[in-house]
Amino acid sequence: MTAYVIRRLIWGLALLIIVCALTFILFRVLPTGNPAVLRAGRDPQPKLIKEIERVLGLDKSLPVQFWDYLKNVFLHFNFGYSYYSQESVVSLIKERLPATASLTIGAAVVWMIGGLSVGVISALKQRTFLDRASMGSALVLISAPEFWLGLIVLFLFASDIGKFKIFPGAGSYVGLTYDPWKWFTSMIMPWCVLAASSAAIFARLMRGGLIEAMGEDYIRTARAKGLRERRVIRQGVRSSINPIVTLLALEIGVLLGGAVLIEYVFNIPGIGRLAYQSIVQSDFEVIQGTVLLASFFIILANIAADIGYAYLDPRVRYS
Amino acid sequence: MSAAEALLRVEDLKVEFPTEDGLVHAVDGITYQVQAGKTLGIVGESGSGKTVSSLTTLGLTRRQGARISGRILFGGRDLVTLPEDELRAVRGNEIAMIFQDPLSALHPLYKVGKQLVEAVLAHRDVSKAKARARAIELLGLVGIPDPAKRVDAYPHEFSGGMRQRAMIAMALANEPKLLIADEPTTALDVTVQAQILALMERLQRELGMAILIITHDLGVVAEMADDIAVMYAGRIVETGSADSIFAKPQHPYTWGLLRSIPRLDSPRDEELVPILGTPPSLINPPTGCHFHPRCPYAQPDHARIDPQLVPVADEPSHFVACLLETEVRRRLWAELGAGGTPEAALAEAGLAHGETPARPAEGQPPLPGAGR
Repeated sequence: MTAYVIRRLIWGLALLIIVCALTFILFRVLPTGNPAVLRAGRDPQPKLIKEIERVLGLDKSLPVQFWDYLKNVFLHFNFGYSYYSQESVVSLIKERLPATASLTIGAAVVWMIGGLSVGVISALKQRTFLDRASMGSALVLISAPEFWLGLIVLFLFASDIGKFKIFPGAGSYVGLTYDPWKWFTSMIMPWCVLAASSAAIFARLMRGGLIEAMGEDYIRTARAKGLRERRVIRQGVRSSINPIVTLLALEIGVLLGGAVLIEYVFNIPGIGRLAYQSIVQSDFEVIQGTVLLASFFIILANIAADIGYAYLDPRVRYS
Repeated sequence: MSAAEALLRVEDLKVEFPTEDGLVHAVDGITYQVQAGKTLGIVGESGSGKTVSSLTTLGLTRRQGARISGRILFGGRDLVTLPEDELRAVRGNEIAMIFQDPLSALHPLYKVGKQLVEAVLAHRDVSKAKARARAIELLGLVGIPDPAKRVDAYPHEFSGGMRQRAMIAMALANEPKLLIADEPTTALDVTVQAQILALMERLQRELGMAILIITHDLGVVAEMADDIAVMYAGRIVETGSADSIFAKPQHPYTWGLLRSIPRLDSPRDEELVPILGTPPSLINPPTGCHFHPRCPYAQPDHARIDPQLVPVADEPSHFVACLLETEVRRRLWAELGAGGTPEAALAEAGLAHGETPARPAEGQPPLPGAGR
């Protein structure tokens, strides 16, 4: 098991370097805005562009640029500096990490609790109105694009522009440490919107898994033993959880991707917004930093899911 | 065999399942009883309703939308009408059940010990440590070596025989008065089968519990049962003591079952005789005697008249539901027992060759060997 984990971690590291190389090439080779041109103002002299390229280090050959970048990242934990604000990428990300962490962790909680309970109830009340209604809405939520859903929710429930002025609207984010209650209320809508599609998938899978599990022989055994129905259901839930754990890791990626849009729609000063701005401005170093960070968490989540799977299912053994 | 002393008495039990194709008459009015400390074997093919009747005893068909009528009397209560939570107190406590495939019947993700502890805690108000000690004791009782260590193993770490032993241990957790064993040896190797049967007999002697064993295997009931009930298409077609049924079987279906098992004392080149055709539909069961489409001795009016379970002449505790006359049946079995074919037996008994069962039931492919 330990050997397996170490091997997975090494592969994870290799994967990070590959991701790094891909983003590096994508933004430098593909026809995108040249940051030097973007910075040089209107009708720039070619000399000026050359000069800016030299300052930003863009005049060196690609492999040299890449090698310098990797050296900085892995040896000095230095992810470079924004072309615009000259701030270090690390401090930019640090500054915005709390907002994104609030958003994604909260959404993951909503997603898991919501998806799990809706799925379980749907499975147990199979073919009732409740079941059909929740599975129907799940289908809608899976199909709805997040930014659209975000706008609709703002339009319906935001305290400024909403029809029903219930929750603080876009741009109301405050830090958790600054005012916990305001933080909580401002995050309710973003959490729900970001969690919606994942929770809906989770609910549908949970429902299917639990219905299947409740038909298994061991559930009949549990009933024949005289266990209370609550404990019988717990046994069913226990065995239908496992396949969903794999999904968990995949959905973390979806969640981080969704965070970019949600932070934009709800005007939350997080890493997603940072990534969006840096792409618009061809701020290569910042793009690199945010992409690397997201990949790091996705790879970590996948390793954690695989290890968790072995822990959850005693029949799975890695060697 | 009076009703007063029977541990379990099932009276005119009917279990029907509404399905999209129609009403399935899984159990169609059966009556039997199990004496305290004795063993009743229920024998029949798949789909004869034997498993459904035993699941119904524990109330386990209720949530499948079954329509249940009749009475299941156990300890002065009617289990058909008993409220769910009172029935739950009976399940696994006074009546326990073991199943055919111990691998799928045990939860794959829980340790064997935990599943045993659950069974104890479901009915006893004891500490977890005490329940665990009981689990280890039970595993030792059913002959699992090193139970203190094995209690923490998962089902997949056990062999097939050990899993069934663990299932039996779980069933015994609360010292039930009745153990229902549904095909307990079918999924096991032959050598292991014998061990499991011997284990069940030993435990029955030691704990004094009654056993209701459900099987398609006459070898198993010959080994275990004091009494036998033969089921066909949701009904009991013959019942009596094991001795009388093996010595003087009365129903053509029982004959078929007896003739289709291999025997070590018969010549090696003697062919086994299968029962022709397939079990009937339980949605539209055959009219009259349910067995008549497959019965080599059926007469034309057997498709009309529904036979009742009546005592066999000279054997007050042996019942059979067959329209053939006692004397005719005696002569048929005498000929079959001597190795004769149904045709020869018919000639011997002086009967017309009525409905011929050699043709398979409509819409079904012929069975291998059916064309002989």
